Amino acid sequence: MRLVINKIALLLSSLTAILGLLFLGWILVTLILKGSTALTPYIFTHDLVNNGIRNLLWGQFVLAGLASVIGIPVGLLAGIYLQEYGNHTRYANFIRDLSDVMMSAPSIVIGTFIYAIIVIPAGHTNGWAGVAALFVMMLPIVVRTTDHMLGLVPTELREAGIAIGATKYHVIIHIILKAAKVGIMTGLILAFARIVGETAPLLYTSGSTIYMETDLSQTYPSMTVSIYNLATMPDEKLVALAWAAALILTLTVLALNLLGRFLIKDKKIKAYK
Amino acid sequence: MKNKMEIKNFSFTYKGAKAPSLNQISLPIQTNKVTAIIGPSGCGKSTLLRSMNRIHDLYPGNQYDGEILLQDKDGKHQNILAIKKENEFIRLRQKVGMVFQKPTPFPMSIVDNIAYGLRLTGLKNKRKLHEQVEKSLRDVALWEEVKDRLNDDARGLSGGQQQRLCIARVIALKPEVILFDEPTSALDPLSTLAIEEMISELKQNYTITVVTHNMQQASRISDYTAFMYLGDLIEFDDTETIFIRPSEKQTEDYITGRFG
Repeated sequence: MRLVINKIALLLSSLTAILGLLFLGWILVTLILKGSTALTPYIFTHDLVNNGIRNLLWGQFVLAGLASVIGIPVGLLAGIYLQEYGNHTRYANFIRDLSDVMMSAPSIVIGTFIYAIIVIPAGHTNGWAGVAALFVMMLPIVVRTTDHMLGLVPTELREAGIAIGATKYHVIIHIILKAAKVGIMTGLILAFARIVGETAPLLYTSGSTIYMETDLSQTYPSMTVSIYNLATMPDEKLVALAWAAALILTLTVLALNLLGRFLIKDKKIKAYK
Repeated sequence: MKNKMEIKNFSFTYKGAKAPSLNQISLPIQTNKVTAIIGPSGCGKSTLLRSMNRIHDLYPGNQYDGEILLQDKDGKHQNILAIKKENEFIRLRQKVGMVFQKPTPFPMSIVDNIAYGLRLTGLKNKRKLHEQVEKSLRDVALWEEVKDRLNDDARGLSGGQQQRLCIARVIALKPEVILFDEPTSALDPLSTLAIEEMISELKQNYTITVVTHNMQQASRISDYTAFMYLGDLIEFDDTETIFIRPSEKQTEDYITGRFG
C-alpha cells in the first residue's frame, strides 16, 4: 500500500514539474517563433518611428544603467553598514525588515509613488522619473544581497585582520569585500537583470516614445512599455516588432541570470573549507 | 618585572552578562617560554587569551577589571587594559600576535597574505617586503612547498599549510608575544605535529601562550601550565609539576580524565 502511495506521489509531482516546464518551454518557443520573424539587423539601426527598436534598447539600458549607477554604491554602503557596523542592533534589524518589505512591494505601487512625487510636479513623464522608480526597486535587493553575502564571511577572518594590526576599515576594504566579491557581484548582476525587464514602474514614470531621446527630463524611450503599447496595435508589423523586442529582452535577462549562476558555481570552488 | 606579561586580579564580563566570565585571574607569562592554558570547554581559557590582545574590543560593551601588564623592550610595562586609542590598539596587536583555531588565510595570494600586515606597518620597499616574506615562510618551513606558486590564492593551500601561513603572517610582524587559540584542533595529526614542533622552536625568539583542550599537547610543548575551571584559575605551575604532582584535587581529576 505504501509503495502504491509512493508511486502515485512520484507520478503527480513529476507531472506537475513537467507541466511547469511545459509552460516555460511554450513561452520560449512562442517567443522565438513570433519574435524571429521581425528580428532583422534593420531593427537595431532604426528607431521605433521607422519600425526599429534602437531607441527602445538605448532607453531601457540607460534607465536601468543609471538606476544601477546610483543604486549600487548606495546599496553596497548600506549593506556594509548593516553587516559590519550595525549588525544586530535594533536599528539595523529595522532597516533589514524595511528592505524585505520594499523588495516584495508590488512594482506598480513604486511606479505610482514616483508618479506622485516626480511626474506630477514635472507635468509630464520623463527619464529621471523612470530612473528613480528603477532605483527604488533595485536598492533593497542590493542592500540585502550585500548584507547576506558579507554575513557568509567567517568572523574569524575579521578577527584575524584586526589581530595583525589592521583597522576595521582596512579589514572591510581589503579582506571582507574581497572574500565576498563573487557573491556580491552575482547579486548585483541579478539585481540589474531584475530591473532591466520591469514594465510597471516605467509605465507612467518614463513613459515611452517612438523617437530617440537623450534628454532625461523628457519622456524617455522604454522597451518594456513599448512592448506593452505595440502588442495591442492593429498593425501586424508592429505586433511582430513587439515580439522581437520581447525576445531580445528575454534573452538579455536569461544571459544575465546564467552569468550570475556561473559566478555562483565558481564561488563554491574557492569557498572557505 | 621579569615576566613578559603579567595578568593581575583580572576579571572579564561579556556585554549584557550578569556574572563575570573570568574571576580575579593572576597569571605570569614568562619571557621566551611556552605557557599552556588548559581546562574544559567554557572554562574561560579562550576568553582570557583574547583579552591579551584586546581582540574582544571588536565587539563593544565588554567590561575589563584588574590589570594586564605588557613589558616592552626597555623593560617598562604598560597596562594594556588602559588602551583606548585606535593607533595604540594597532601597536598592541602588532606586538601581541594571534593564531586562530581555524586557519584564516586572507582572500589574496600567498605573498600578499604575509605582505599585507607588513604594508600596514608602512613597509613599502618591494625588495625588503620580499625578503621578509621569504624569511617568514622559511621560519615556518613553508618556503620550499610554496616558492613556485607564491602568487596563487592562499585558499588553495591545505589546512596545515594554511595554518603555517597564518603563523608566518604573524611572525613577519616580529611580535614579542604570540597567542595560539587551539591552533591544531582543526588539523590532522601530521600537521599538528609540524605546528607543535614549530611552537617549540619559536620560543627561542618569542614568548608564547597556547590555549588547548588537548592535555597531551600541553604536556608536550609547554614549560608552564595553567589549569582553569569555570572562570577561575585553579592552579599554575611548571608543566611537569601540574602533570605529575598537581597540588589541587580538581587539577588532578581533570588531568587523569575523571571529568572534562
